[in-house]
Amino acid sequence: MDINFWDKEIETIDKAALKALQLKRLKETVSYALKTTFYKSRLKKAGINSSDDIKHWEDYKKIPLTTKDDLRECYPNGLLAVDMQEVVRLHTSSGTTGTPTVIYHTKSDINHWAELVARSIVATGATNKDVFQNMMSYGMFTGGLGLHYGAEKVGMTVIPMGGGNTKRQIQLMKDFGSTVLHVTPSYILHIHSKLEECGVGLNDLKLKKAYLGAEPYSENTRKKVEHLFKMDVYNSYGLSEMNGPGVAFECVHKCGMHVWEDTYLLEVVDPKTGGSLGEDKEGEIVLTNLNRRATPLLRYRTRDIAFIYKGLCGCKRTHRRISRITGRTDDMLIINGVNVYPSQIEEVIMRIPEVGTNYQIYLEKEGTLDKLIVKVEIYSKMFRGDISEIDALKSRIIEELRASIIIHPTVELHEPGALPVFEGKAKRVVDNRVKL
Amino acid sequence: MAKELNIFVENRPGRLRSVAGVLSEKKINVRTMTLQDRGEYGLMKMIVDKPEAAHLALADKGFACALKDILAISLKDKPGSFLKLADVFMKHNVNILDAYGFVLQSSKEAVFCVEVKNAPAIKKVLIKEGFKVLEEELYEF
Repeated sequence: MDINFWDKEIETIDKAALKALQLKRLKETVSYALKTTFYKSRLKKAGINSSDDIKHWEDYKKIPLTTKDDLRECYPNGLLAVDMQEVVRLHTSSGTTGTPTVIYHTKSDINHWAELVARSIVATGATNKDVFQNMMSYGMFTGGLGLHYGAEKVGMTVIPMGGGNTKRQIQLMKDFGSTVLHVTPSYILHIHSKLEECGVGLNDLKLKKAYLGAEPYSENTRKKVEHLFKMDVYNSYGLSEMNGPGVAFECVHKCGMHVWEDTYLLEVVDPKTGGSLGEDKEGEIVLTNLNRRATPLLRYRTRDIAFIYKGLCGCKRTHRRISRITGRTDDMLIINGVNVYPSQIEEVIMRIPEVGTNYQIYLEKEGTLDKLIVKVEIYSKMFRGDISEIDALKSRIIEELRASIIIHPTVELHEPGALPVFEGKAKRVVDNRVKL
Repeated sequence: MAKELNIFVENRPGRLRSVAGVLSEKKINVRTMTLQDRGEYGLMKMIVDKPEAAHLALADKGFACALKDILAISLKDKPGSFLKLADVFMKHNVNILDAYGFVLQSSKEAVFCVEVKNAPAIKKVLIKEGFKVLEEELYEF
């Protein structure tokens, strides 16, 4: 098996040199963090007044953990460490209760990010001869732009198609002989179901690889996609708080995702206590971005559950590998690759006076794609006896949900009292999806 | 003004039964009914003999329901009478939101129930044109 490197020196760095590099970068990051209003007070309380208070590698443990709630409270600029003039891009994500979060990037931040993605792409054996069709959404979602910049850096021919429009995706794959795809597992399976309808066979395509991410999926689904398309499938991990894709990626050995440890300080903690767990224990992934100036994030709790693989990978990269994400520590739902919190849906429903406060969220599979059904009750006191008002109400709920969570939901209107009433903790989310 | 009872119902087996159950319990007589169907849900529209009591009873059971003013126009149950009414509607540029008809006394009297915007003004027009617009009489036949 040919092993290609984008940056061999860094990718095969020995443990001592890695720790030295991490310490140097952690000190730099702490000095930038101290420029933010949030970390200035947070770090001071922990006895860190300057980067000189980080003397040894282990000193990272003095830094308190940062949570998603901290990010929300910092919106919009509590975590901004540079002059706005230096910021070349920002990505926001809609918040769980209406409060969004934001990550800023300087030009060099974007460049570092693209470097990591280029490194990831080359680790899968792709080169500048490949034609890369990006089926992830562009815009605020970091999946599209993240891979795009890395693929251009590698010199691939990039088709920035974005998500959806299956017929056109298939046409492009055929016309330009796409060899590498970036796509969600549910969407690539959906595409497969449409190939015949489009009169396209595998022989008309030149697919070699696909990067599957943004949704959890099993080893069986990887094998299924590999079998259906006769191509190699690589697992990808990232989150917008840590830039986006390119945090961890599988190499040609497909045995866990290498976390680029020169940039991400990797820890696994107990989700309940936040305390450090041993190397081989499954727990919550905590990451520090060591290479971002505009929005430094120290010891960020990802809420993703995974474990670290033991031993060295056959590719000789020294960066440790994490498993697939096996779960979440919160109630976040992933619907066709989009992250949604039930509380976002609740927030929309609660501000519509014509529906009651009881609601239910159903998740179903429609073919290989996810379908979100939101069930609400008509509020009897607001009912005036017009069907056109009911129809308009339904459209309005759909539109407001779509604006808030980006997904187009199916909305079901029910009679008052028709939905189950729960004593104690309500079970509002019913997930009937068969796991991919 | 005549009252029409509107009830929001889901389209699934048993829903009409539960409405009918409440009305029967309160000894309410249904003179006519129609359904505005939207697939997964719909609106039951009813003319009943005791609209206020029916409304209260259903609301009490948690139904989303409302009373609406409509025009209940008395027509002779014979050819041509509907044309006369339609002519008046056309002449006065009346747009109909929803409508249905039923026979009160066979070969004698029929009722055309119409939902329009600005019902009181159109009621005046109809009376002026010689039509009988029913109110209490609608319930008491």
